[in-house]
Amino acid sequence: MANRIPRVPVREQDPKVRATNFEEVCYGYNKEEALLEASRCLNCRNPRCMTACPVSLQIPRFIAQLAAGDIAGAAAVIAEDSSLPAVCGRVCPQETQCEGSCVLGVKGEPVAIGKLERFVADYSREAAGSSHDTVATSQAVPSGNTATLGTLRDGRKKVAVIGSGPAGLACASDLAKWGYDVTIFEALHKPGGVLEYGIPEFRLPKDKVLRHEIDAVRALGVKIETNVIVGRTITIDSLMDNEGFEAVFVGTGAGLPKFMNIPGENLNGVFSANEFLTRNNLMKAWREDYLTPIHAGKKVCVVGGGNVAMDAARTALRLGAEVHIVYRRTEAELPARREEVHHALQEGIIFDMLTNPIEVIGDEKGWVSALKCIRMELGEPDESGRRSPVPIPGSEFEIPTETVIMALGTSPNPLISRTTQGLETNRRGCLVADAAGATTRPGVFAGGDAVTGAATVILAMGAGRTAAKAIDAYLKGK
Amino acid sequence: MYEILTKEMLTPAICRMSVKAPRLAAAAQPGQFLIVRADEKGERIPLTISDYDAQQGSVTIVTQKIGASSADIIAFEPGESFADVVGPLGLPSEFVTMSPDELSRQRYILIAGGVGTAPVYPQAKWLKAHGVPVDVIIGAKTKDLLIYVEEMRSVCDNLFICTDDGSAGFKGMGTNMLEKVVADGHSYTQAVIIGPMIMMKFTTLTCRKLGIPAIVSLNTLMVDGTGMCGACRVSVGGKTRFACVEGPEFDGYEVDFDEAMRRQGQYRTEEAEANEKHVCKIGRGK
Repeated sequence: MANRIPRVPVREQDPKVRATNFEEVCYGYNKEEALLEASRCLNCRNPRCMTACPVSLQIPRFIAQLAAGDIAGAAAVIAEDSSLPAVCGRVCPQETQCEGSCVLGVKGEPVAIGKLERFVADYSREAAGSSHDTVATSQAVPSGNTATLGTLRDGRKKVAVIGSGPAGLACASDLAKWGYDVTIFEALHKPGGVLEYGIPEFRLPKDKVLRHEIDAVRALGVKIETNVIVGRTITIDSLMDNEGFEAVFVGTGAGLPKFMNIPGENLNGVFSANEFLTRNNLMKAWREDYLTPIHAGKKVCVVGGGNVAMDAARTALRLGAEVHIVYRRTEAELPARREEVHHALQEGIIFDMLTNPIEVIGDEKGWVSALKCIRMELGEPDESGRRSPVPIPGSEFEIPTETVIMALGTSPNPLISRTTQGLETNRRGCLVADAAGATTRPGVFAGGDAVTGAATVILAMGAGRTAAKAIDAYLKGK
Repeated sequence: MYEILTKEMLTPAICRMSVKAPRLAAAAQPGQFLIVRADEKGERIPLTISDYDAQQGSVTIVTQKIGASSADIIAFEPGESFADVVGPLGLPSEFVTMSPDELSRQRYILIAGGVGTAPVYPQAKWLKAHGVPVDVIIGAKTKDLLIYVEEMRSVCDNLFICTDDGSAGFKGMGTNMLEKVVADGHSYTQAVIIGPMIMMKFTTLTCRKLGIPAIVSLNTLMVDGTGMCGACRVSVGGKTRFACVEGPEFDGYEVDFDEAMRRQGQYRTEEAEANEKHVCKIGRGK
């Protein structure tokens, strides 16, 4: 039944226009395009796409429903395994997961699984209008664990989820569907974690898309308490000893920014990507009607090559700056999602590859005036298999710039590990947890960036679901 | 929502409010701070905690009108609610974690400047309640800007007041007052200095001259207050530290105050623009 047609291209905002606004870059498929693209799926008996998906989304099944024109049915299939399809359809690195494993990709272009997932989610949301109780999410039960529904209706057990990012939302959704009384504690004033503070509006619209998916999690019965910092406002010990929570899931992410420890890093005009993006996303500095100040200036250097670097660079561009990405390896090694690099190039971001900063130079008032760098070349592969960059002696030079944004990765926040008895961390400050998510303290589970260090939205969601199963088993055995 | 229970103007520009925030009130300790976001479009403003009442579930904040965001906070009236109040943030003061034995050897001098007097109050109160000798210096430009004088008198052994113009108490700055107090025969094992950055810098220098260890409480820029943004980074003993999670109190001898003052002004241009444009609508027509 599969069509031998090329992959249906997706419509996007013109690069010149979008470089000046915060509207979403990608328009997504319309119904006609989505049905056509869905018809390309071979519906493999052994679906490699599904194995490659960290939340095991039943990809061929939802695409078959979609191809048959049953969009509500497709949404119901997706909802069995994911509470955040409109998010994942937009931000997952599909090229290394589902689409990277698609058989069609061997000789041609893989099925646009991400764009189809996004279409199904967007279409269902728009069809449901203002109602948060969408067709699918409210009744769906996670696949593989259907037997447990309703078994805990009486005297429901209380589970605390710390952090309302992708790991926490995924874990809370599954547990709520199985009948647990779940409360999410969020440190910031809005739920969503990195989806709210980290990923920009032009990639993930907050009010239209993210709010809706979080409301859908609430519709499952999950309570979300914002402005609660576990480790300061309350502790895990107090939740378990005084508030009756029988299990805790820690999905606090990796929130602490890394700096390079080079001279001049505390000059005015040097920001972490976290600060720059949080001001713009969570605090909406890009909107005239919000009070939040943000500083980009005329020229910005973003140091790093991951998704966060691309997000910071494209945000600075939209605030009116000329933007350079400074990265010590080559374009081929950029860890960012391919689509983000492509979009950044289209929009006019300048890529200074094989370039490594060694000092931030300041003016007499203590503001950044230049970034001193050294040219690099690729040497022998390191333990990660990537060829490691080596400085070329005597090649130092300066890039004049007003602002430097450090996007070098993040590490887990020690607030919880330091204030919870019996919770061990490894050398990198990550929580120690087994494959099922159990930490060194009984009843406390963890997953996502807090355990692995900075990774992706979908891996965090996968870890949240795995831990939900372990929590269910733990509480049944209690 | 976080309801404002009481409000009073301590001076024409300094406002004291008690706000309902039960979880925060139950956890707060001297030295810690909180973050307020007045309404949906406001900034997250770090403020020191001036008092807390776990029974009543309330915390007290003291705000000085300096920009658009602090003006928005002050515009709220009892019965209205802030969008967000979160905390306590930062580490408690060092003395909170001391053993009774260590505490018994301490004699504290708390030196407060301007609106920084408010967070000194819970520290003096705690020390007094734990039987630790504690004196307080309150300094202000002029008599009308002095706050917390009566409250402080009841929680310390000796209260010294000074004003730059001599309109109340000793005529001179906190540094002069401290020198005089020491010359008069008082001796201390530890000073805690809370006030404007420039005042903390110079008072630390005086402490060093007098051989008194000095702790300062840094009111840096910050967004989240949980270690995420790094806007609050300060150089302490040549190392970069995050004031929000590793502070706000640091050894004053080790702090690079010049860098801290420069970093504090990082958004001055943007804020001046915002202040010009901003028309405060809160509390009007209610």
